[in-house]
Amino acid sequence: MAQPESAQAAADPLNTSMMRNSRRSIVLAALAIAVAFPFVFTNPAVTSIAMFTLLFVGASSAWNMFSGYTGYMALGNAVFYGSGAYFFANITDHLHMKSGVGLFAMVPLAGLFAGLVALPVGWLALRTRRHTFVVITIAIFFIFQLLAYNLTAITNGSSGMQLPIPHWGPRTYNTYFYMAALVVAVIAIVVSWGLRRSSFGLELLAIRDDEDRAEGLGVKTTRNKLATLVLAAIMTGMCGAVYAYYLGSIYPPFAFEAIFDITIALMAFLGGLGTVAGPVVGALIIEPMQQYLTLRFTGGGLSLILFGALFLIVIRFLPEGIVPSLGGLLRKRLRAKAAVHSSAPPTPPSGARVATTGPEVSGGAMR
Amino acid sequence: MGTEIAKAVVDGVLTGGVYALMAAGLTLIFGVMQIINIAQGILVILGAYLSYVLQVHLHIDPFLGLIFTMPLMFVVGVGIEWGFIRRLKTQNRTALSILVTFAIAIVLEGILTQFFSADLKGINAWYVEKSLHLLGFYLPYIYLFGFALAVVLLAMLYVFLYRTRTGMSIRASVQNRAGAELVGININRVSATTFGIGAAVTAAGGMVFGATNSFNPNSGYDLISRLLVIIVLGGLGSIGGALVAAVVSLVIEDVTAVVWSPVWASTMFFAVLVVVLVVRPNGLFGRQEARVQ
Repeated sequence: MAQPESAQAAADPLNTSMMRNSRRSIVLAALAIAVAFPFVFTNPAVTSIAMFTLLFVGASSAWNMFSGYTGYMALGNAVFYGSGAYFFANITDHLHMKSGVGLFAMVPLAGLFAGLVALPVGWLALRTRRHTFVVITIAIFFIFQLLAYNLTAITNGSSGMQLPIPHWGPRTYNTYFYMAALVVAVIAIVVSWGLRRSSFGLELLAIRDDEDRAEGLGVKTTRNKLATLVLAAIMTGMCGAVYAYYLGSIYPPFAFEAIFDITIALMAFLGGLGTVAGPVVGALIIEPMQQYLTLRFTGGGLSLILFGALFLIVIRFLPEGIVPSLGGLLRKRLRAKAAVHSSAPPTPPSGARVATTGPEVSGGAMR
Repeated sequence: MGTEIAKAVVDGVLTGGVYALMAAGLTLIFGVMQIINIAQGILVILGAYLSYVLQVHLHIDPFLGLIFTMPLMFVVGVGIEWGFIRRLKTQNRTALSILVTFAIAIVLEGILTQFFSADLKGINAWYVEKSLHLLGFYLPYIYLFGFALAVVLLAMLYVFLYRTRTGMSIRASVQNRAGAELVGININRVSATTFGIGAAVTAAGGMVFGATNSFNPNSGYDLISRLLVIIVLGGLGSIGGALVAAVVSLVIEDVTAVVWSPVWASTMFFAVLVVVLVVRPNGLFGRQEARVQ
């Protein structure tokens, strides 16, 4: 398999160091803006929405690194979100931990616990494929939600669990959570990016394109899928832990929420399935919009109608997602410009079409 | 204990019939179009609301009202297929179908909330309150009638699929979409008809659901998960399988409530699917899934 970077460069000679440099500066600028955000916008209502958005950036990136890359549409990632949340609530309770910044040290542990949960869940669910896989993840999700209601010894059932409330001032209160969410989101993005560039990631994309053939070529499909699901579960569990800490109390329907499952999938789709930037863009658009619509039209069905209609429009006109659509547009324009400058069109070197896994075809087939 | 278990089995069979009626459209649509219709749950609720409106405002008996609601839902189904499903690209079809039908569900939920608010409603009639006393069992009439309706409608669906030309083209499309197209079947028309029939049958399921449960626009989400479990358990695309799966899983749920605890009954419902899929990854009556096109 060709290196993804070289394949990309080969397929598109313009997409060389210049593009890479500009991409790097865009990423750095975005990071700087993200860090500075809570110090510029101090309104708690705004920072709260921003924090939730970052959690969804993390959770959607995690969803995408499994479902986007392998093509297995999981609609039960709330299992890991909720597991992380309940683990966090339990460990802070059992260790009688004092509230404060130190509690965030438990967030990675909650992630690891969610990863542990993903082992049996993945082993079960990954025995099936395609539509059956979708439905079994939904079924497993409901089993976990019901367990959260019923295993009162661990979860306190429908009465919920209380978490320690931090004694931070109102001005900085959200900032701590915002920063924690930012760290988790950045980790998820970096892991997603690393996966996408690795040969392991290429194997995942091969599973998406044709699993039987990938297996025939020696890709350890089951092991790879399970490993990726565990990785995604760790990221999702960390998001869940930060979420639980922020809310200060958790109840089964909030920790294990069906809408969460489909929201993170929608975000990845809107931005661009199987791309690193896709879920980030999708979450940045959908979460603030959803919060705004619910605030603006409280109670009635109007926010639902607008929200649903917007999705229908997006799916209708941007079925590939924003990032691939815009990328295609940009590439076309650059190519047209190049054609004007040099009369000879750039000849793609051999190997440009080595694999169907080049970054250009990131939309990909869904099983 | 013995009679309680027997009663739970009877209850499970009766409710299973109603669930089969709600799931029949879902599995039929999947069979022909290979899409998961997340909007099925809200279509059930829409059917319930239509019967509710006819009953409250026009004093039409819910069963009689099906004469109006089923054709209406047929049109809704055809509209959804024509407006959204047909326009999906073949690439990413499964995932996009889930998202599109989910978006449709959100819109329908919003519309229903605008009209009826989020308050719980219920369909009422003389047979909803009264029960038949038979062999020591109290059988609510609505469940008996609902079960009878399920049997009649599923039998009609069966006759339609196996004894008419349209039914034959639908079955051909289930077996081999491309092949059906090659022998001159108009796939678009078959798909629209299927979606319409699926929605029309759902109208009947929704009416019985509305008479046996209180509902609001949000009730669709709990339903869709159960309906999906039923159709996967029965084997995707198989209506008979859906009937057996619905009865089996609801009997198990109701018996669990009696012999173990009501708290764990719903968990068992979902656990059955997980256990079955470990043994038979294609469900009880499912065929081996063909290799991806």
